[in-house]
Amino acid sequence: MRLYALVAAGGFRRYATYRIATAAGVFTNTVFGFILAYTFIALWDERPGLGGYDQSQALTFVWTGQCLIAAAALFGGGFSDELQSRISTGDIAIDLYRPVDLQLWYLAQDLGRAALQLIGRGAVPLAAGALAFDLALPASPLRWLVFLLSVALGCVVSFALRYLVGLSAFWLLDATGVNMFSTMLSMFFSGMLLPLTVFPGTFGEIAQRLPWSALLQVPADVLLGRHEGVGLLAALGFQAAWALVLLALGRAVQAVATRRVVVQGG
Amino acid sequence: MEEAVIELDELRKTFVVRRRAGRLKRTRHEVHAVESISFTVPRGEMVGYIGPNGAGKSTTIKMLTGILTPSGGRVRVAGLDPSRERTALAQRIGVVFGQRTTLWWDLPLRDSYQLMRRMYRIEEPRFRKNLDRCVDLLDLGALLDVPVRQLSLGQRMRGDIAAALLHDPEVLYLDEPTIGLDVISKAKVREFLHDLNAERGTTVLLTTHDLTDIEQLCKRVMVIDHGRLVYDGDLGGLHAIGESERTLVVDFERELPPVSVDGARTVRTEGPRQWLAFPAGASAAPVVTALAERYPLVDLSVREPDIEDVIARMYAGA
Amino acid sequence: MGERLYLGLRGYGLIVAMWVRATLAYRTSFALMVLGSFVSTFLNFVAIMIMFTHTDVLGGFTVAEVALLYGTSATSLGLADLLLGSLDRLGARVRDGTMDALLVRPVPVFAQVTADRFALRRLGRISQGVLVLIWALTQVDVDWTWWKLVLLPVTVLSGLGIYGAIYTCGAAFQFWANDASEVQNAFTYGGDTLLQYPPTIFAKDLVWGATFIIPLAFVNWLPIGRILGREDRLGLPGWVDFASPAVALIACTIAGFAWRAGLRGYRSTGS
Repeated sequence: MRLYALVAAGGFRRYATYRIATAAGVFTNTVFGFILAYTFIALWDERPGLGGYDQSQALTFVWTGQCLIAAAALFGGGFSDELQSRISTGDIAIDLYRPVDLQLWYLAQDLGRAALQLIGRGAVPLAAGALAFDLALPASPLRWLVFLLSVALGCVVSFALRYLVGLSAFWLLDATGVNMFSTMLSMFFSGMLLPLTVFPGTFGEIAQRLPWSALLQVPADVLLGRHEGVGLLAALGFQAAWALVLLALGRAVQAVATRRVVVQGG
Repeated sequence: MEEAVIELDELRKTFVVRRRAGRLKRTRHEVHAVESISFTVPRGEMVGYIGPNGAGKSTTIKMLTGILTPSGGRVRVAGLDPSRERTALAQRIGVVFGQRTTLWWDLPLRDSYQLMRRMYRIEEPRFRKNLDRCVDLLDLGALLDVPVRQLSLGQRMRGDIAAALLHDPEVLYLDEPTIGLDVISKAKVREFLHDLNAERGTTVLLTTHDLTDIEQLCKRVMVIDHGRLVYDGDLGGLHAIGESERTLVVDFERELPPVSVDGARTVRTEGPRQWLAFPAGASAAPVVTALAERYPLVDLSVREPDIEDVIARMYAGA
Repeated sequence: MGERLYLGLRGYGLIVAMWVRATLAYRTSFALMVLGSFVSTFLNFVAIMIMFTHTDVLGGFTVAEVALLYGTSATSLGLADLLLGSLDRLGARVRDGTMDALLVRPVPVFAQVTADRFALRRLGRISQGVLVLIWALTQVDVDWTWWKLVLLPVTVLSGLGIYGAIYTCGAAFQFWANDASEVQNAFTYGGDTLLQYPPTIFAKDLVWGATFIIPLAFVNWLPIGRILGREDRLGLPGWVDFASPAVALIACTIAGFAWRAGLRGYRSTGS
């Protein structure tokens, strides 16, 4: 356990060194936040209460999205690119013989990264949004804590999805297509473009049950206080369930892949 | 006097670096990477350009190729001002950076070479001839269809050297062409360069950490340190000034007291192995013969002096 | 000057042709990539369509009018992205030192950087823009006169020039902030997102900034606004709606100077 804590700290520190990149990312997220905020204002002016949000809740949703883009890796990438390149070069064989669990190792590292990016890239856009617009941010510290828990669960789901994407390199020579497809799904079905509650009818119902909704839709709703009591537990349970299912799937796929490596001798 | 292909006259390069001093304050420092270097290289010469890390070797090469703009002084390569006439000069020089490739990382060598042909407007017959020659001498035949990123360091280096020569450059710059290569690749590269210089009269400027490169290829060697030229002459002269020594590592059949032979002295013993130092300018043969006559030998090898050592001794002697 | 332009275009063509050949060697993979690029960029329009399932107008614009804004901006950006998109790797090249290799070849550096890893899959982004544009033209309520028919393609090309200038300025910026490739995304992809929506929904200051600081408004808001017969938000004189080509030309000139300054800086510091 201590080992994985160290790995996580390493992931945190590694991303802490990219200061200019972080500043550039903060700038871009803030610009996008402003643009989306105005489109939401226009939409909620026409349809107050759309998707169950009032206007300031809708704006809070926008800025929560910009806050979580980097931490929850809504655009994909991060460790999965590294994993893919280690698989394609064959270096993965070395990793598999190490006395550590590959999935937990990458999970720890990625959570370290997420923690840094939540602070480094998430806080400023959210603060900028709160200064420029009237946001429905909670006053209760407890709500913020539950939000952080939900974000953490979302990051685990995001990791588990990208781990599967990374492992695809065992079967594919060029993983660019899979990466693109995965980014597309996570952008659209996390709610980053539009809250999933605004999606029409059955399509919206299904979208809210897919794993990507755990990345942004659920944490944003937790922050907005849309889940209370049992509903809150159900929401966190939904995230945890997807996390477990996808992590287990990742393990199974890894086992199959490892057998292939052993058979082919790397 | 022979025609000079490379001319440097009091060439200088000063960098301004900002260092952190405290939390927010930054201080400005001037670093003189190259301080007033002058030399000429006549056409067809093969010159070693050596010095410790950070001495200014790469900075000089970058100014000679037009990558960097000099801070002062004058530089001419093949009659052109590299910085101002960079693209015109590119047609007439070849550059190989040992550490990084100039080839297209994701493409097979063959595609890279075809692109070079069209970029440099090399006529088909000449291109064929040059490529065939490189493929043959550098043993590239099996590698032509492999993407560059899958090549080993030695293979990639050979690929890079070929790429730099397809357009028959008058001047070839080689920055650490044998760094990290195995013994066989090193030998192959050296032999190729030797033939290239001998047969085509290509002027070659070579930076290296490996004195064997210089010994086997260059009659003339220039040493740069702290941005200044500290030696310009032949390798023997450099050894003489630096009083540098080669080392003969000898394994005897059994442990012996320090042996004594003419022209060498034992500098270290460890079990049956002894280290004998002798002047770098001298031949190892008499020492070996003398040893073999008197002692039971199992194995021996010769170690060349390090460039760093030679230069350190130059200062100690001066 | 003329000779450098010729050298640059020729070199660009050579490198692009090679990448296209390399890409087309794997046809299935290429087709999938184009499809992926198409769908992932088209999702932005899907989001807009979802918005319009809840309302008939947004900022006073109908869905067809918004689609016209979307189609013109997306097509211009798609073209700029196809031709110059590789510029975002410039900072990485400076960092890993492969920039030097480009400087010893007989082709202008700008041509080499932009042509490197030419990604034909970006046709996906262009084609979704064009499709939305065509759909918008069939739906939108406009009395087409000859000058409107000329203004439309001129607008798309001017947009290419303006976006191209932004890509180039972003690349010049990376010469001294190697890690800052993401900044230009705020103005290219961010600009595109801005221009997909009518100017009427944004704060006046934002519209002012997108007109006078970064001339995004000339990509579509002003000329397309004229075609649709809309007043512009800032009450500018009418001829401004036709100024896009001139603005694009000025933007490209400035970008050219920025690029040269960046490259000169690199060549004097080597980093």
